Amino acid sequence: MVFEILQYSFMQRALLSGAVVAATCSVVGLFLVLRRQSLFGDALSHVAFGGIAVGLFTSIYPIWTALVVSVLASLGITKLRQSTKIPPDAAVAIMLSSGLAVGIVLIGLAGGFSLDLESFLFGSILLIGMQDQIMILLLSAAVLLIVFKLHKQLMYVAFSEDQARVSGINVTRLNYLFIGLASLAVIASLRLVGVLLISSLIVIPNITAMMFGKGFKKTALISIIIAVLSVLIGIVISYVANLAPGGTIVLITIFILLGTISAKSVTKRIKMRKDIKMVESH
Amino acid sequence: MQDVASVKNLSYTYQVTSTSFSSRVLENISFSINEGDLLGVIGPNGAGKTTLFSCILGLLKDYRGEIRIFDQDIRKNSSVLKSIGYIPQQKSIEQTFPATVDEIVSLGMIGKENISKEKVASSLKMVDLSDQMHKRIGELSGGQQQRILIAKALVSEPKLLILDEPTTSVDVETPNKFYTLIKNLNQKNNISIMWASHDLDAVNKIANKVMCLNQTMFFHGDTNEFFGSNELIRMYSESSMQLHMHSHSNQKKKELDSIYIQGHVDTP
Repeated sequence: MVFEILQYSFMQRALLSGAVVAATCSVVGLFLVLRRQSLFGDALSHVAFGGIAVGLFTSIYPIWTALVVSVLASLGITKLRQSTKIPPDAAVAIMLSSGLAVGIVLIGLAGGFSLDLESFLFGSILLIGMQDQIMILLLSAAVLLIVFKLHKQLMYVAFSEDQARVSGINVTRLNYLFIGLASLAVIASLRLVGVLLISSLIVIPNITAMMFGKGFKKTALISIIIAVLSVLIGIVISYVANLAPGGTIVLITIFILLGTISAKSVTKRIKMRKDIKMVESH
Repeated sequence: MQDVASVKNLSYTYQVTSTSFSSRVLENISFSINEGDLLGVIGPNGAGKTTLFSCILGLLKDYRGEIRIFDQDIRKNSSVLKSIGYIPQQKSIEQTFPATVDEIVSLGMIGKENISKEKVASSLKMVDLSDQMHKRIGELSGGQQQRILIAKALVSEPKLLILDEPTTSVDVETPNKFYTLIKNLNQKNNISIMWASHDLDAVNKIANKVMCLNQTMFFHGDTNEFFGSNELIRMYSESSMQLHMHSHSNQKKKELDSIYIQGHVDTP
């Protein structure tokens, strides 16, 4: 049956875009998690929702309007946070609610929810067209290339901003660039996962990967594998069982997380028992 | 002997954003560090030690006065800051931070032309942690983590090391090992060091110069001169006590203010 599904061109598009988007979200997400900005992805996706509403209201391709609005809003909030010392969680709250507010007002003016808007909220496989796929591949490639080039600097900033600054890294410029890249990653994922669930794809694979207790490169690799597998399996299951792809993908990431927690706990218990037996035998 | 760093008439005032509240932390500080110096910076909490280091490291730019590293004004030529290694006052690193020791140490080489695994290995050898190279940094003790940060600073071959109370989060047995390391880096590797510490005994034993900071600087000179003078030590203790009481009374005032703001008296 799986081979049969793979014959459909819309499914091929969804799987290819999904794998690329998953890798992009997990790579950007690792730095967001390490910077304790896990909820920033959520705020960005809600701002993107406002941008989508602008697109639907003005009859411009919504992804482009979401892209412009998200990048501008994320850079603006970063500037505001730096100049007024607003706490990071408050900045997230401001972004999140203002994006949602713009979206709701414009949707109201446009006469309510449409099928297209619903697909942006909850994700859709069927609606990924050629234009979407090109956009997803271009944005993801740009984000992955830049993050790959700057991963050491980004890791240094996540480890210690002050020490990174002393070593000559322009932390302020790097922060702006990274937030811009995070916006691009969110926009690339919009079509597939939907506004409401993007942040889970950004956060959960990384939290799971960090539980393996490896170094930076291995953690990033494990996170990418978890994210890509979740998306591919999620897309197939959602098509077969007629479920929302975004929700299915996120549920799979949560199953993997719970599985990892359980496996860790069992391994820990076995090790403890071994240690106790060793002490007793001595 | 060449000046590694020289500070002239340095003053710094913290301005709280969007209020008129300001707090002067450093006032008219002047001193220099020569090649091979190990300068112990002592002073109570709130004396301005971290602020002084932040100015020298270029983290705070809005100071008054002049800071020169190897005779270059850091405002005009910030690239000279790359010759400084910095070990901050730091609580232990988060246990889940996903980076191995060698990954953290190699961060010190960012921006350098020759990045080599050998350098990472030799820096770890200098801090006696070669066997921990592939462990995750969060698994190490506080003292080991501080030594890893020193190794990270050493890979960039600094001419000046700034250590801001490096033993704050270190377990009880480790400080002596740490002090021996600092002394070796200074004497064997010829790295000039500025080291903030509350451990006067250790400063007396290993530093060749001492600076007493208490918002203003009331002593800068040879360690023997300072610790050999009962009068200077008495003055230092008194001034530390005054600063402690001043900050304590400010804290009390803030508490009273907050009670005043939160309280409510009903109109009769």
